[in-house]
Amino acid sequence: MAKSASQDPLTKGRVRKQGRRSPLASIALILIGLVATGGVYALFTTSANASTTAASSALTTEGSKLFQANCATCHGMNLEGTKVAPSLIGVGAASVDFQVSTGRMPAAASGPQEEQKPSQFTAQQTQALYTFVASKAPGPGIPSKEYLGGNDNAAQGALLFRTNCAMCHNVAGAGGALTEGKFAPALTGVKAKTIYEAMETGPQNMPVFNDKNLTPMQKADVITYLKYLDNNPSPGGLDLGNLGPVSEGLFLWIFGLGTIVGVTIWLTAKAN
Amino acid sequence: MTTTTDTSAGVGAPEAPRSTALAKRPSVTASAANYIDERTSISGLVKELGRKIFPDHWSFMLGEVALYSFIVILLTGTFLTFFFQASQTPVVYDGTYLPLKGINMSAAMNSTLHISFDIRGGLLMRQVHHWAALLFVASIGLHMLRIFFTGAFRKPRELNWMIGFILFILAMAEGFTGYSLPDDLLSGNGLRIIDGLIKGLPIVGTWISYLLFGGEFPGTEIVGRLYTLHILLLPAILVAALGVHLVLLVINKHTQFAGPGKTNDNVVGVPIMPVFAAKAGGFFFIVFGVIMLMASLFTINPIWTYGPYDPSPISAGTQPDWYIGFADGALRLVPSDWGFMIGDYTFSLNIVAPVLVLGLFIVAVAAYPFIEGWITGDKREHHIADRPRNAPTRTAIGAAGVTFYAVLWAAASSDLIATHFLLSIEGVIRTLQITLILGPIVAYQITKRVCLALMKKDREIALHGFESGRIVRLPGGEYIEVHEQLSDYERWRLVSFQDYKPLMIRPNAQGRISTLERARGAMSSWFFEDRISPVTNTELEQAHGAGHGAVETGSADGHEIGTGH
Ligand code: HEC
Ligand code: HEC
Ligand code: HEM
Repeated sequence: MAKSASQDPLTKGRVRKQGRRSPLASIALILIGLVATGGVYALFTTSANASTTAASSALTTEGSKLFQANCATCHGMNLEGTKVAPSLIGVGAASVDFQVSTGRMPAAASGPQEEQKPSQFTAQQTQALYTFVASKAPGPGIPSKEYLGGNDNAAQGALLFRTNCAMCHNVAGAGGALTEGKFAPALTGVKAKTIYEAMETGPQNMPVFNDKNLTPMQKADVITYLKYLDNNPSPGGLDLGNLGPVSEGLFLWIFGLGTIVGVTIWLTAKAN
Repeated sequence: MTTTTDTSAGVGAPEAPRSTALAKRPSVTASAANYIDERTSISGLVKELGRKIFPDHWSFMLGEVALYSFIVILLTGTFLTFFFQASQTPVVYDGTYLPLKGINMSAAMNSTLHISFDIRGGLLMRQVHHWAALLFVASIGLHMLRIFFTGAFRKPRELNWMIGFILFILAMAEGFTGYSLPDDLLSGNGLRIIDGLIKGLPIVGTWISYLLFGGEFPGTEIVGRLYTLHILLLPAILVAALGVHLVLLVINKHTQFAGPGKTNDNVVGVPIMPVFAAKAGGFFFIVFGVIMLMASLFTINPIWTYGPYDPSPISAGTQPDWYIGFADGALRLVPSDWGFMIGDYTFSLNIVAPVLVLGLFIVAVAAYPFIEGWITGDKREHHIADRPRNAPTRTAIGAAGVTFYAVLWAAASSDLIATHFLLSIEGVIRTLQITLILGPIVAYQITKRVCLALMKKDREIALHGFESGRIVRLPGGEYIEVHEQLSDYERWRLVSFQDYKPLMIRPNAQGRISTLERARGAMSSWFFEDRISPVTNTELEQAHGAGHGAVETGSADGHEIGTGH
């Protein structure tokens, strides 16, 4: 399952980002940053570099061990895949992080689709796993924080979401049915990083939105919109699960008409 | 609480003493009333209306609920017209709702968002309007069910059933046109389905679609046209039909359930003036209050999340408002491979079949009183409402119809059923397809059996009283259970219904029996073959005279019951 590997999001995003912030502000920020951390950082530079590589190779080994223990039965000793599971060569850190941090992997008893569960691994173990998988072959990396702030253009994000995602996930991200018991999950309260990785790697029945389909900035916009929905309750009151006319209709029949019929019974009972 | 009897012969009511008192020292109101009366002779009408009797069963108030929610709709709808712009001119949104800022949309959508976010109370008014619309159609539906199951549509009220039915259709049309006005994604998708539905009709479909939308869908005309329908044409017809409906109601008077003193020739209940009017006024505010409560606490039709209409996107979980759901469900349930080829032409039945089935269903509902009247050959006037059990076949037909409708309705939410109960959508659809056919049959059988059983029970109770649970040991050592007799009042309710027999088919003047008559005879015996006759006076006297009504010995003394089998 070789999902199309994308352009490095970092370089592409930087180019886009420039027009969005006043250059002066960036310079000021960089200056402040340099003044505050420069001195301290200089002291540790050499040792930090050395320990980064050491740490990363330690991570890879740890990841390798975890992989052999938890994943290799299905995905093969060398990530080559088996009859039951696809190859992980080139899926990239993003895919592993998405699958493992949402608890989808290691896969559980087979259902129509792998579902979210509480993750079995700590953040550090997850990191070890994706570092290990990414060390074998390049693929989409962990998304850069600059796209995950949730403070970009919500209106553009909403537009993109309606055109690209709503047919499966519903306009309000309430989720929806796919064929044969599969479904697109609700997107309320999903972490920004997970959203980014989902778009980038297209888990299971979700299509891949590589950086040509949706640029990293556009992904950031989509995230911003979903975060807007999370943080702003419906202006009209309780949203009844955002399921649209079905929940409205049910609510009307059960609560609305139910109350009124109750009142009629009460009114006519008093008349006797 | 005093109840009054209104004789249909229209005997003048005795002059109320209070009005004479008023006449002596005319108050301001009295002289004003007098002023108006001298110029309009309205007092006759007021008297008639004021003495209109309203029976006191809760189900008789459902029509009122519909009326009151319609009033709420009119009030809020008028408010909305002040600010709504029925135009599809493209504009760029620049209102307060952040996730739509700078987005292209039609003026209609823009103005609806403006109502929602920038007009004081606008969002509340929209939500009141929409919740009231849902309640309006729902209460009409329930009201129709009440009429159906109590047989209140029989002569002389068949016409009013037709008018009520037209009101129901108009309400759905009002709802659909209103739902399409804001030009948001969901309503646009709804219109697209209608467009597809029209285009699916053979030969004429495409022409009608172009005519309706003023060109290729979606065009730039449709919102304006729907607006004319929604606020002018349909409400005008609706109000007129409603007027006729209410006038006929006054002329025909209410039906009532059988009870002591309640006969086919009177109406027992509370006169409208003054107590009932006060209650009704109060009830209006209760209905208004419930709608307000829903509208202020619960979002409805959040067009801001749906976004403006654009033919390319579509959302998962796209559904129409509940009252159009049955049509959506029919489209979802029709097998996708229905169709055939003649030469080079494909004839798809995917649209035609559901449209025909629904059309037939709707016509059957509209014509039911006439169909039943023809089958039973019953030309009598009926003013006593049937208890549903006493008309087993009708009640069973009704249950089958409700099941059919409910399955279609459920099918409109097949995707949500699938995700919420962790089922596959194919499985849900398949199950519903089967239920659509078997469900009504099963519902019919069960309902009929239950009705007959209940009638049997009523008959037993009327004849022998009910089991008191008190066991008495007779001097001889024998144990018996004491049966408590009903009071005459209670028994009346159980025994006063009319007996029917299958029609006797007689040859016509030429001495022949036409096929139509034969069919009628067959239908009539289907309608009445299983029945339980009401207890007659003789039977009652026998049962009680013989003295065994008070106590029943252990052995089951089965009474012959007039079932057809
Ligand atoms: C029980 C077997 C099983 C185990 C154990 C398992 N997986 Fe998977 N994994 C699968 C299957 C099956 C799929 C394919 C799911 C699909 O796309 O429908 C998959 C898919 C994936 C993918 C997505 C591949 C892509 O194309 O994007 C990743 C990443 C992954 N697994 C990582 C892991 C990791 C890491 C572990 C160990 C922690 C693991 N898996 C354990 C069965 C397994
Ligand atoms: C063809 C249907 C489809 C489309 C289009 C689609 N998704 Fe998905 N999405 C899915 C499915 C199916 C899953 C579940 C995958 C799994 O469980 O592995 C999913 C999972 C996700 C998840 C993970 C949710 C979680 O709780 O872990 C996110 C986030 C997500 N999608 C975001 C998006 C966004 C953003 C878009 C639009 C850019 C999009 N999806 C478009 C079908 C779709
Ligand atoms: C004469 C009476 C009516 C008037 C003047 C009126 C007016 C309006 C207007 C101006 C709108 C568009 C604004 C908006 O969508 O917020 C609207 C929407 C709507 N109308 Fe009406 N209406 C009337 C009757 C009805 C009736 C009888 C029904 C239903 C049975 C109905 C159902 C709807 C619905 C469902 C909407 C969509 C509401 C929404 O946007 O959420 N209306 N109406």
